[in-house]
Amino acid sequence: MALDRWLALVILLICLAYGYAAYFTMDALLPPIMKRSPIWPSSFPKVLVIGGILLSLSILLGLEKSPEKKDAADINLSRLHEYKVGQAVLLLALMVAYALLLRPLGFLAATFLFLTVGSFILGERRYITMGLVAAIAAGTVWYLVDVVLGIFLSPFPFFVSGG
Amino acid sequence: MLEGLLTGLSTAFTFTNILMVVGGCLIGTFIGMLPGLGPMSIIAIMIPVAITIGDPSAALILLAGVYYGAVFGGSTSSILINAPGVASTVATSFDGYPLARKGQAGKALTVAAIASFSGGTIGAILLMVFAPALASVALLFHSSEYFALMVVGLSAIAAFAGTGQVGKALLMTFLGLMMATVGEGVLFNAPRFTMGVMDLQSGFGFITLAMAMFALPEAIFLVLDPNRSKTGDGSDGGKIKNLRITGEEARSITPVIGRQSLQGFFIGVLPGAGATIASFLGYAVERNIASKEEQEQFGKGSVKGIAAPESANNAACTGSFVPLLTLGIPGSGTTAILLGALIALNVSPGPRLMVDEPQIFWAVIISMYLGNLVLLILNLPLIPYIAKVLAVPRNYLIPFILFFTLMGAYIGQNNATELLILVGFGICATLFRFADYPLAPLLIGFILGPLLENNFSRAMQLYDGVGFVWERPMTLALLILAVVLVVLPGYRARRARLRAEGVADGD
Repeated sequence: MALDRWLALVILLICLAYGYAAYFTMDALLPPIMKRSPIWPSSFPKVLVIGGILLSLSILLGLEKSPEKKDAADINLSRLHEYKVGQAVLLLALMVAYALLLRPLGFLAATFLFLTVGSFILGERRYITMGLVAAIAAGTVWYLVDVVLGIFLSPFPFFVSGG
Repeated sequence: MLEGLLTGLSTAFTFTNILMVVGGCLIGTFIGMLPGLGPMSIIAIMIPVAITIGDPSAALILLAGVYYGAVFGGSTSSILINAPGVASTVATSFDGYPLARKGQAGKALTVAAIASFSGGTIGAILLMVFAPALASVALLFHSSEYFALMVVGLSAIAAFAGTGQVGKALLMTFLGLMMATVGEGVLFNAPRFTMGVMDLQSGFGFITLAMAMFALPEAIFLVLDPNRSKTGDGSDGGKIKNLRITGEEARSITPVIGRQSLQGFFIGVLPGAGATIASFLGYAVERNIASKEEQEQFGKGSVKGIAAPESANNAACTGSFVPLLTLGIPGSGTTAILLGALIALNVSPGPRLMVDEPQIFWAVIISMYLGNLVLLILNLPLIPYIAKVLAVPRNYLIPFILFFTLMGAYIGQNNATELLILVGFGICATLFRFADYPLAPLLIGFILGPLLENNFSRAMQLYDGVGFVWERPMTLALLILAVVLVVLPGYRARRARLRAEGVADGD
């Protein structure tokens, strides 16, 4: 089964869960006075989920024929082994690490680490350039966002700023 | 109209707003040139900045400037290194890159800039004429018509998705609409579908979603396939010498620009069609009506082949503002993001916009003229310098693109969970891209979701049920149109395939 049909299956399962909630569990919490209104919080989702289920089924069953893709410019799953999947996965993991470390480490340190480790994963080995670029970028972005735009970004680790 | 123009002039010609236009265009061109960051991602990154400004006119002027700049930057990179940053400038590379290979990159850039300028300016004039007229019609609409109109918009977007894609595009729209129901809506004071997760109480952030749908998958693709980013050699970027074009060339592109600006504008007005279709169609049409010996030149560096897609895509970008500003219905991913930004700024676009806050509408129009002018007189001479950005090695570029994606989602919300949602959705979006699911419908559905539900609910309350569908003929007509739009592509697909083959010859 091709990837697009697998995804349609996943969406179908999501729709079923969503539909179950809309049709069977949501209305139980509704105060009696609201039940006289022609529109309930669950009304619109109930309509949506029918469309979602029908459409995901039509793709799952392959009702609409898609043309053979021969577009060399776009990315192609059959060439996956030629791609740098490892690098992509590492970078995604790095993004997750950034999300988790942003608060504890503070913006400056977290960003510096993100940019240097990111370049390192991609194969950069000029450590001094890497460090300089990352340090300047982290400082500049922090200055622009916090000082110029006035959007607060906690710059230092929690043990320095006390929170 | 004159009164409106004057209002617009007085709003736009303040120091701050001129700074916004110039700054927006420059930033847009700069980032638009980079692979992986299209207009949608750039606008999404700039939204927190625009919201900080506070003044809706200034914010919208900034975002519109960024938009033009990004489209212009995209054409620059497709001419110089044959790497279109945006789908709508792919057609520009057909002739732009061969001309650049002949050492005439400067000429190609000038033709592109003049064509963009004319397309954008003619588009702005048409917008000025058509938008108020459409808005005065739209003022007669009730909530049921709005509901129907949005359904038409959403089905049109799916209908224009392309061969074999209609079902997928519709499914993505439904998924977007369903995602929009998560969290505490304005209509009901009860959280829905949050599964008890506190962070979902206020729903998904639209900037996070925009970043996850567009910027992140493109960045991941850049990592996966190193051939995709052609930056880093820096050899092609530096050879821009002579920016002049001859009088003969100017005469030959004038009618092309005129025709394609008109055609592009009207294609841009249609929801879902947008700049990409306008540019390909413009290229194909001009190639077909050119004389025999000129046809030979297409694909080998014809100036007409650069002028046609460039004027068409810029006019189409302007055209896409018509449904946004008059009906509050975005026809493309980019205008959907602009709609999200407007809502975040407490402005509700729609026919009332022109009555209640005319200065916003007219300031945007004036900023379009200004933006186009800035691109022509300021950005064009600066291109040789801005093009240096193309020489940034990908080892540095990609971490920065990822970092900006994270920042875009973070600085609006100051919530680290948002970043985890971003990465999660980004991975899903990448899988969807692998499986050829179009992602713009999801975002448009997500942004239109609350508006759609509000109008649906209001109509239901007014008519005490779904009676509004047959009691209001206009609503019924629009809903039938929506069904026709979804069913029609079977027929349209065959024609589009033939047309696409015609275009591919010029490749």
